[in-house]
Amino acid sequence: MPRLTVNGKEVEVPAGTNLIEAARAAGVEVPHYCYHAGLSIAGQCRLCMVDIEKTPRPTIGCNTVATEGMVVQTETDRVRETRKSIMEFHLINHPLDCPVCDQAGECWLQIYYMKHGLYDPRMKDEKVHKPKAVPLGPHVILDAERCILCSRCVRFCDEITHTGELGIFERGDHSEIGLFPGRELDNKYSANVVDICPVGALTDRDFRFQVRVWYLDTAKSICPGCARGCNIEVHVNRRRPHHAEGRRVARLKPRFNADVNQWWLCDAGRYGFGFVDAPERLLMPARRQGGASSDVTWDEAIAAVVEPLRRLPPDEIGIIASPKMSNEDLYALRRLVDLRGIRHVASQVPPRVPGDEDNFLIRADKNPNSRGAELMGLGGDARAVIDAAGARRLKLLWIFGHDLLAGALPERDVLEALRVVDTVVFTGSNANWTSAHSHWVLPAAAWVEREGTYTSFEGRVQRFRQAIEPLGQSLAEWEIVSRVMAPLGEAPTATRAEHWFRQLASSVPAFSGLSYQLIGDAGHPLVVAGAASR
Amino acid sequence: MAEIVLMRNFSNPDSHTLNAYRASGGYAAWDKAREMDPAAITEEVKKANLRGLGGAGFPTGTKWSFIPKAHTGPVYLVVNADEGEPGTFKDRYLLERDPHALIEGMLIAARAIRCTKGFVYIRGEYVEPWRRFSAAVKEAYDAGLLGRGFDVVIHRGAGAYICGEETGLLSSLEGKKGWPKIKPPFPAIKGAFGQPTIVNNVETLCCVPPIVTRGAEWFAGLGTKTQGGTRMYSVSGRVKKPAVYEAPVSITLRQLIETAGGVSATGRLKAVVPGGGSAAILTADEIDVAMDVDGLKAAGSMIGSAGVMVMDESVSIPEALMVLARFYAHESCGQCTPCRESTGWIYKMVHRIVEGRGHKDDLDTILDVAKRGAGTTICAFYDGAVGPYISYIEKFRGEFEALIPHA
Repeated sequence: MPRLTVNGKEVEVPAGTNLIEAARAAGVEVPHYCYHAGLSIAGQCRLCMVDIEKTPRPTIGCNTVATEGMVVQTETDRVRETRKSIMEFHLINHPLDCPVCDQAGECWLQIYYMKHGLYDPRMKDEKVHKPKAVPLGPHVILDAERCILCSRCVRFCDEITHTGELGIFERGDHSEIGLFPGRELDNKYSANVVDICPVGALTDRDFRFQVRVWYLDTAKSICPGCARGCNIEVHVNRRRPHHAEGRRVARLKPRFNADVNQWWLCDAGRYGFGFVDAPERLLMPARRQGGASSDVTWDEAIAAVVEPLRRLPPDEIGIIASPKMSNEDLYALRRLVDLRGIRHVASQVPPRVPGDEDNFLIRADKNPNSRGAELMGLGGDARAVIDAAGARRLKLLWIFGHDLLAGALPERDVLEALRVVDTVVFTGSNANWTSAHSHWVLPAAAWVEREGTYTSFEGRVQRFRQAIEPLGQSLAEWEIVSRVMAPLGEAPTATRAEHWFRQLASSVPAFSGLSYQLIGDAGHPLVVAGAASR
Repeated sequence: MAEIVLMRNFSNPDSHTLNAYRASGGYAAWDKAREMDPAAITEEVKKANLRGLGGAGFPTGTKWSFIPKAHTGPVYLVVNADEGEPGTFKDRYLLERDPHALIEGMLIAARAIRCTKGFVYIRGEYVEPWRRFSAAVKEAYDAGLLGRGFDVVIHRGAGAYICGEETGLLSSLEGKKGWPKIKPPFPAIKGAFGQPTIVNNVETLCCVPPIVTRGAEWFAGLGTKTQGGTRMYSVSGRVKKPAVYEAPVSITLRQLIETAGGVSATGRLKAVVPGGGSAAILTADEIDVAMDVDGLKAAGSMIGSAGVMVMDESVSIPEALMVLARFYAHESCGQCTPCRESTGWIYKMVHRIVEGRGHKDDLDTILDVAKRGAGTTICAFYDGAVGPYISYIEKFRGEFEALIPHA
């Protein structure tokens, strides 16, 4: 482990660390464009110049490996001058169209110009013109004039997705990013190029022109799109709702987690949030009678569920939980199941076609918390519960989230089950066929509207935070379950998701020792079976 | 008349054939070298003071010795025949008129670096040189000179100047866009296809057989203290007899111009570019300079590829710079920001000045931009452009100012 000094501060870094990372370890930021820790070294933007003792001129930090005793300075006069020059070169042909550019506010040309540029412009000649507003694929659009040719996007498609759609064509100041003939930027991770583009060259077709980024609020979250549990940031527009016609979730961005998704997020996950602000959201508790649905109060709805739960023998009650529910929701439900001794419980509705899967991030299991449901003893296949219902053995069936007809369950069996059960209750965020065939509908908050944890397929427990208010009167599932449990004689002491998690950690062995504090932003693995609990 | 080494066979109309080459003593050096210890060959080349004749002037034997001794995989020899430096046309003569000299030089070099495969990257526009060289390679295979422990692959370029840059050439050879590679690693450690690679210019390798046959002392004695041998000067522009001239590297620029028949047109010398387009320009007063690597370095220019372009008083220096600036703007590969952006910008400014639309601060801007970008890029392309930008303007500023309204 070489020790070196950066701006007088001594640091020890792992062998092979470059000077950008070594400086970072010393708390020093070296400005850069083409360098990205997840990609190969290109060394072409030339911005990350640093001064190394006994070296005749500034050297790029990205391609220089830290060595024992190296003395690095990042703020010498000649480094500052070089940086300023490189900033000027980056900007002479840039259109400076910040007022209409989506990147404005999070653009590294703006940030670095203010920090390292601040020269008086000298470019008097016509700038080089290049193609603008070119769709590269379903999610990404290119403005070649804004591009600084850092090649991050090209390297991403070469090195991460191995799909190679993009290249740099032409030469000199006519160089431009583009698609190889006949190709489209349509790989499953295509929108990551927007994240890694340091400027406004590649923008997100979905997010484009919706809202200026400085009006966005962010919350740390977990992608609910599959069992991987990619760490994300939810960017929401609460301050200028009229800018996006009421759409609150503006975009999802990957959040770095070395152990899960690194810097990346698949497109399916990134654009999977549309249901949150969709017209199909369930806003009010409702009762369906004789084909007509009418809104009711929460008290009426809860009472309607409590009554059969109290009255019926446990064998006549079925519950189909969901692996999309959080650990806290599932644990609350587990407590209810134990309280009443319910045995017909399940959570998995097998998909009609196996989920898409790859050897990178995308998992076939499209649920964020199948592992949690399993550990809570709620992991079974819904087929058994449907069969029991169809055999007229159940009088109450409470379904969480699932659209029972969307999966591989035989349609006839599902129809029959819902027809013969006296009381069918649906809890979920969005209307579907199943909710339309339930007697009672209890609206649930979407994952961005409440907090909780998921357990990934690898057994990593990760927190997601609340980004926006629940729509209508919707509530987190644990809250709905709590309200049901109180009249049944066990008033839960937990009044927040974290309280539920504490109880979960003290009673489900796999979770023992875990706390929200320990899980933090990066998540924490479950206690390994057999290992001593902490 | 000084000794002719490289062009010794040129007067024979059949010099490109194996028979003619053999008849003049060809492949005797290879016969000798194949009995020599590889390290002894490198040592001989070091002692001969042979320096790279493609432009950089790096000591050839030293370069060969950079191949890691412990390396067990393949080692490659790559011949840079992408002669593209403006004003340079020597390698094409060697390829056309003495292709076997190159093959023999490659065989010897390959033995020195323990290499079994050589690539010859020939500039795309060089059709006749490619034909001649290909025919010679076939002859060498038929005669059993090649194919017995050493193979030659010929690769034709597609016309980009940057593919003459050592690592741009390697990228192109590998089938990629001809972008120079970041260093480290250097090619001798990790070059073509990720293997240790030596890249040598055509003329450099053609010097190797005579060194082996006649000895390092003889070769070193032909030149100066720091550079041995003779070299081929491509003399063009306003001289009476533009051509390739071979001379010892100790010749002065004045002598060379006289050798080429003296200045033509007005007969009054204005300026000379001594080492290809990327060399700083010299004024008529600066031509008493030795045409070796160190002589021109001391004069603030460089010998480069020894492309000598002579300008008489009828030549407009601003127009000459405009042509050159257009070349650099056109040929910049676009990889590094300073070069990509500055070459285009500077061309626009010079062009505007030549058209009479210059601003009074343009010249200072060009000088400042040129200096700021110097030394900041992956390869030497931009530094090569900076030499002319600065020297043309600094040495002939009055001529530029005369074109700028209200300057």
